[in-house]
Amino acid sequence: MLLFHRLERNWKEMARKKIREYDSKRLLKEHFKRLSGRELPIKSAQVTESTDFNELSQNEPWLSSMKLVVKPDMLFGKRGKSGLVALNLDLAQVATFVKERLGKEVEMGGCKGPITTFIVEPFIPHNEEFYLNIVSDRIGNSISFSECGGIEIEENWDKVKTIFIPTGVSLTSELCAPLVATLPMEIKVEIEEFIKTVFTLFQDLDFTFLEMNPFTLVDGKPYPLDMRGELDDTAAFKNFKKWGSIEFPMPFGRVMSPSESFIHGLDEKTSSSLKFTVLNPKGRIWTMVAGGGASVIYADTVGDLGYASELGNYAEYSGAPNEDEVLQYARVVLDCVTADPDGRKRALVIGGGIANFTDVAATFNGIIRALKEKESKLKAARVHIYVRRGGPNYQKGLAKMRGLGEEIGIPIEVYGPEATMTGICKQAIECITAAA
Amino acid sequence: MATGQLFSRTTQALFYNYKQLPIQRMLDFDFLCGRETPSVAGIINPGGDGFQKLFFGQEEIAIPVHSAIDAACAAHPTADVFINFASFRSAAASSMAALKQPTIRVVAIIAEGVPESDTKQLIAYARANNKVVIGPATVGGIQAGAFKIGDTAGTIDNIIQCKLYRPGSVGFVSKSGGMSNELYNTIARVTDGIYEGIAIGGDVFPGSTLSDHVLRFNNIPQIKMIVVLGELGGQDEYSLVEALKQGKVTKPVVAWVSGTCARLFKSEVQFGHAGAKSGGDMESAQGKNQALREAGAVVPTSYEALEAAIKETFEKLVEGGNITAVKEVTPPQIPEDLNTAIKSGKVRAPTHIISTISDDRGEEPCYAGVPMSSIVEQGYGVGDVISLLWFKRSLPRYCAKFIEICIMLCADHGPCVSGAHNTIVTARAGKDLVSSLVSGLLTIGPRFGGAIDDAARYFKDAYDRNLTPYEFVESMKKKGIRVPGIGHRIKRGDNRDKRVELLQLFARTNFPSVKYMEYAVQVETYTLSKANNLVLNVDGAIGSLFLDLLAGSGMFTKQEIDEIVEIGYLNGLFVLARSIGLIGHTFDQKRLKQPLYRHPWEDVLYTK
Repeated sequence: MLLFHRLERNWKEMARKKIREYDSKRLLKEHFKRLSGRELPIKSAQVTESTDFNELSQNEPWLSSMKLVVKPDMLFGKRGKSGLVALNLDLAQVATFVKERLGKEVEMGGCKGPITTFIVEPFIPHNEEFYLNIVSDRIGNSISFSECGGIEIEENWDKVKTIFIPTGVSLTSELCAPLVATLPMEIKVEIEEFIKTVFTLFQDLDFTFLEMNPFTLVDGKPYPLDMRGELDDTAAFKNFKKWGSIEFPMPFGRVMSPSESFIHGLDEKTSSSLKFTVLNPKGRIWTMVAGGGASVIYADTVGDLGYASELGNYAEYSGAPNEDEVLQYARVVLDCVTADPDGRKRALVIGGGIANFTDVAATFNGIIRALKEKESKLKAARVHIYVRRGGPNYQKGLAKMRGLGEEIGIPIEVYGPEATMTGICKQAIECITAAA
Repeated sequence: MATGQLFSRTTQALFYNYKQLPIQRMLDFDFLCGRETPSVAGIINPGGDGFQKLFFGQEEIAIPVHSAIDAACAAHPTADVFINFASFRSAAASSMAALKQPTIRVVAIIAEGVPESDTKQLIAYARANNKVVIGPATVGGIQAGAFKIGDTAGTIDNIIQCKLYRPGSVGFVSKSGGMSNELYNTIARVTDGIYEGIAIGGDVFPGSTLSDHVLRFNNIPQIKMIVVLGELGGQDEYSLVEALKQGKVTKPVVAWVSGTCARLFKSEVQFGHAGAKSGGDMESAQGKNQALREAGAVVPTSYEALEAAIKETFEKLVEGGNITAVKEVTPPQIPEDLNTAIKSGKVRAPTHIISTISDDRGEEPCYAGVPMSSIVEQGYGVGDVISLLWFKRSLPRYCAKFIEICIMLCADHGPCVSGAHNTIVTARAGKDLVSSLVSGLLTIGPRFGGAIDDAARYFKDAYDRNLTPYEFVESMKKKGIRVPGIGHRIKRGDNRDKRVELLQLFARTNFPSVKYMEYAVQVETYTLSKANNLVLNVDGAIGSLFLDLLAGSGMFTKQEIDEIVEIGYLNGLFVLARSIGLIGHTFDQKRLKQPLYRHPWEDVLYTK
């Protein structure tokens, strides 16, 4: 389970990306046929703000002739338990259901966000609920299967059977046997073949995670009622044809403030990495750190030293952004640092480890320009600045920072690789906790 | 996975996908460590072979370049490390090919974004064949004083600062490559330094894990303590926890897992799948730090306390008499690269070439200061580009137009003139375009095509010296020189050359002054009185009008005009124009699939 934080930090780089249920089922239907020659009776349609129901029902005629299920397709689970699934509706009722909820904010597991995408499928009355899960692991893949799937799966966890298929080994009936041994003979072959094909498809399409909970049988054919998938997006260069137009939505509940969106926009445009998340707008310790690894450690350290509640933000710049990008980035950070002065001191930590080959003096130019621009705001907010950085040309960069402190009359303390990387976190804490 | 040392002072690597800087950095490190042999035995550059020149200290060495992995391995059988700088698209295939070579033991993969399923294939193969994969998505690793992968440890200054040129007693392994420089520095500050450092890479499934390397370090006698820097996410740290619990690691381990701040972020909504039931706390930095602490590792309370924890652990080893004092050595000075020295203002060097007409260093190429985009956007023509590149200025539109007309008029003159003939013969001999073109161009000179230049020179000289047409023509006659620009094979006084008329009309309409042309016409009037075929021909018209262009545009000094005429600009115009025709003739012959030309015997007078 990867935490939001890591997704945040490495959104662009993260390899494993969740896809919508609609896309999971689309890939399953399309490629099951290609790989096995047999067709799965899957039908599903996607509904968003831009959907025209008339046009949709022309393209998907079953929508008008069948009873339907509708639910949000937003990467979160527990939809049934949260009353977000509607069963046995006709298309008009689906349209009403969607209209009432589209764009409305819901809270799921502490994350709030609007619902933007729904999936509509035939309503399938059923008795059997099977569970199938495939997860990519370091030395192979594990396949889990249970006859007791559905929303109670966690309560029935002891009934889940798991096999491990080492990398390069193909899934034979012998290996599959423990999963399906207790199934009735009438369905055993069908389900075994289904598992085998889904496993082939999993590998063929560079899935890293796939789950059907549950799938059932319709006219003896497996039919996933609920499905989740995760693709390895670094494999996009091999799969763009097979995947078709695939969407990698952002994690649910990630609503960005205007300043966060602005930096997200900058980040999308450049080959370097520019990250910014506000944790507490009223926080008094703010960070702007070079490097992915180091930026996490600075945020860690403020928290580990007991001042998590004062940490204003998480911010990282890396991959040699040019001076103008750094300038735009630093302006936004400084606006947040200096917002709503309250007479109390604040600390800004401009940190970083020892750079490999990035010219430290050059990257500091953009920050220095922004600091000069925001001189009066920095003074009004009583900001003290702490700098630590090493790497090529760091002496020149640090000297410029020291010079800036004298020039604009803002307290700036500057350290190089002779000091510990996170010593300035300690100083920042001392600064904001010192009397007045 | 191998159990002990991966590298030594004699380890040599093959470097896949030539990159000058990382290789040079490896060789500089070698020199710093006093290695006798360079650590790069050979380079593999798909599709190319030969040698690459690089520095080994002050000396230049030539490192062999091979076009295929198997050829390189065959040529350098003792090179057992494969450093792969291929892109994410091709890294997996080349790494697998390398792993399959019997002589390769360690493969380091630098690329970020190698598909997970591909890495898993590499892991499976390496496990089955007792080989080691470092990476993907890593800077590599270093054995102090012995061997360094690619860009590991940054600049030479940093390597010296961190004393990586000689071995210490600490084994270090981290996920983050970015943080490894910082830790090399920290470790150098509070211990006797690094023995070996490895960055395993940031992927979900690295080729080798933290615990793989910790267990290896445990088997290396020179390593007395181990420092581990992990990260939240994934389960890798738990194999280390298991190894510690099972007593497989006997040396002190100081560990820190970064990412404790993750709890400050709203955690992502539960994926809802049962497979992740075990995730959550286990993968958090807090959970991992706690598990490592309980398994016996020294785990500080924050990253800020990590340095003190390393220091304390090392000092205990010293007190216990476990550390033999490192013999300090002074590393040799690495000669500074000229570029670096120039950049830092320490030295200056004269340039060998000067160029004033174009500059390709900025956002876009410029012709005489005019960026390519404005040339296109403002609808400039070929004449304007010639103005910029030949005359280094934007000439008025009529001048550019005149140049274009000259080029069009001179582009071709049929297949029988010497240039076209040569081109045709060469093309028919099966030679390529450039050979066919230049064989035609090579005929341009005093007898073919040179008349424009000469016409301009003589007309200018005569006009500027105020010679009457009579004086001019007669003085030429005395010297035995035909007046260039005068005379035609077919055209006569009563049947003028249409091209000359067009040029004259254009100039009369557009040029502010046509004094040189008027002079040429006066000369023509005189020569026509001598013979009816001594008309002003197209060479004479262009030559004289070009003088008017230069003098009349007001954009050239007298000195500049003399120089332009002197160094043969007008000949340039002819060469440029006629190239169009000669290229056409080449294509024409090739399109027609004409066979080798042989001149017929009948057309040669064989005589004694």
